[in-house]
Amino acid sequence: MSPRWAPSKGTGGKGAGVEGGEGAGSGDGDRLVTARPLPGRRRLLARHPLARFLLRRTATAILLALGVTLVTFVLTNLVPGDPAAANLGQRAIGDPAIVAQFRHHYGLDKPLPVQYVTYLGNLLHGDLGESQQSHQSVLTDLSTAVPATLELAGAAIVVSLIVGVAFGVVAALHRDRLTDQLLRVISLLGVSVPTFWLALLAFYIFFYRLGWAPGSGRLDPGMTAPPHVTGLYTVDAALAGQWPVFWSAVGHLALPALVLTAYTVGLLTRFTRSAVLEVLNQDYVRAARAKGLPARTVLFQYVLRAALVPVITVAGLAFGALLSGTVLVESIFAWPGLGAYAYRSATTLDLPAVMGVGLVVGLVYLTVNLAVDVLYGVIDPRVRVQ
Amino acid sequence: MKFSLLRRLPPAWRRPLAVTGGLVALIWLVIVVAAPLLAPHDPLAQNLPRLTGPGAGHWFGTDELGRDVLSRVLYGARVSIPLALLLVAMSLLVGGVLGACAGFFGRWVDETVMRIADLVFAFPTVILAMVVAAALGASLQNAVLAVLVVSWPSYARVTRGLVMGLRNREFVLSGRLLGFSAWRSLRVDILPNVLGPLLVLATLDIGTATLLLSGLSFLGLGAKPPTAEWGAMVADGTQQFDKWWIGVFPGLAILTVVLAFNFLGDTLRDALDPGTARTIGAEKERVG
Repeated sequence: MSPRWAPSKGTGGKGAGVEGGEGAGSGDGDRLVTARPLPGRRRLLARHPLARFLLRRTATAILLALGVTLVTFVLTNLVPGDPAAANLGQRAIGDPAIVAQFRHHYGLDKPLPVQYVTYLGNLLHGDLGESQQSHQSVLTDLSTAVPATLELAGAAIVVSLIVGVAFGVVAALHRDRLTDQLLRVISLLGVSVPTFWLALLAFYIFFYRLGWAPGSGRLDPGMTAPPHVTGLYTVDAALAGQWPVFWSAVGHLALPALVLTAYTVGLLTRFTRSAVLEVLNQDYVRAARAKGLPARTVLFQYVLRAALVPVITVAGLAFGALLSGTVLVESIFAWPGLGAYAYRSATTLDLPAVMGVGLVVGLVYLTVNLAVDVLYGVIDPRVRVQ
Repeated sequence: MKFSLLRRLPPAWRRPLAVTGGLVALIWLVIVVAAPLLAPHDPLAQNLPRLTGPGAGHWFGTDELGRDVLSRVLYGARVSIPLALLLVAMSLLVGGVLGACAGFFGRWVDETVMRIADLVFAFPTVILAMVVAAALGASLQNAVLAVLVVSWPSYARVTRGLVMGLRNREFVLSGRLLGFSAWRSLRVDILPNVLGPLLVLATLDIGTATLLLSGLSFLGLGAKPPTAEWGAMVADGTQQFDKWWIGVFPGLAILTVVLAFNFLGDTLRDALDPGTARTIGAEKERVG
């Protein structure tokens, strides 16, 4: 409780608290929040080679995985919900023998710490447990759900990046003029619109009224999925040369992906705008202009390159959010993805499945962050490993 | 008259976006208060012809149970808006107090609070909210709790950062040297300085809270069936694809409320100094 105002500790302690704390605690979360590389990170990169960096990332990944499982575990066990009641039918729940058998089968009759340790032990073997709903291993369930969502989120983020960055740059270059105001309203609209409602509207207009879009699902009814390579139907179909399947998959992908872009386009537009504005004021940009470089060269090689760093961070974040946030859209388009699976597992308190989803999303998050950090180096030489 | 009134506002508030946002928010607040006077029908009465399209008599049409959609949308404001405000106030309180303690006392308090926040951040927001709502049982009250669980860490982080910056400033230190207790120092010296940015974050968060809450209701994890709640009404609309008015109007209501508060919050953020604005801006990206 003693105040920390002693001058000797004062500024030094505070500085270390801010940077050291964020660097050591969980580099990811904090760096992402500030959306720009912290000095601490740069120091670390300068001091250590890539191996050290990757090692630290792996450690973070393990900690995160532990955190995710722990949160789910504690939450689902502290609250009054009962997995047996959620999964068994009305009649079965009245029969103590069936309930006891259910609890025994899923290990629910053991003490909590034992359950948790068992789960972690199985995790080491790559065993995520058995889903109480589908009675399949969670890994099997995820191997079909994850690619479906990855395809959706991937398509959405690519479109969002193109449109959002373009919008943001245009807005910044026309700062405070009509175009800027207009784009500002558009991006605010994008982040304000409820996606589930937009999905409903899009489905009604483009499928029901106009008949432009195919119905729900990933493929036209009667079409068989392309041979499994990546699990992304578009890629798999193209690899197998099944062009009708490819076009069907693209058609089914287009509408839900576009609905998902609304939010991310809004986000990226605003972020790109402020990032570009910040760079536009830099001396080196002014110098480049002053020495008579063509506007295009200044924009692409001086401004955009520096401005893209924070933008890519946000895009990585948005991609992670898309992975779990697709649930509302997936439910309207009957897309058999991770969101739909998470929803089903959450509502039935299917513990292993929920933890599996959490782990997958967490891992993708980390992978994306790693890719983003590597991209930093490519885009911005200042953060490169020396 | 109108112009002189506008000119009295601070410059940031005079911008068209802020004025529009403020007006729309005001209209909705009036609706919250006056819904019984404005609604032409009882929102729960099932005595009208079913599934009639919008027209004279029923501007927004009627739903599959013969309820007036306009009345339900108006009454829905009494559910969504107060709950979103309550939720944001609670997140502000919980996150603000925890963050202030973390920032002011440092050491293990800081470590504990921030690691818990990290844990929440590590978990995908929507899924965590879904798990909490499902585990507690579907009800509006539990949906609010679920969103509170995922929303307080943003406030804690921002407050912590701001308090850490203030903790060693001269006016705080001199207060401590005069013998102020930690609590008094926090309340008298620090609170006024962090309140502005936090309120901006809260304003921006009202939209997010409304979206998350109505999303949970849409999934069936919030409002129970007869309640006129916007998210649940959009879900009703998905059952009757060809009857567009059932889902479209409540969705429009959500959109206008969220948009209004985002217009307001965005303008307010511009009025802040750039450093603080960036902290809050970055924090907002996290929530999405």
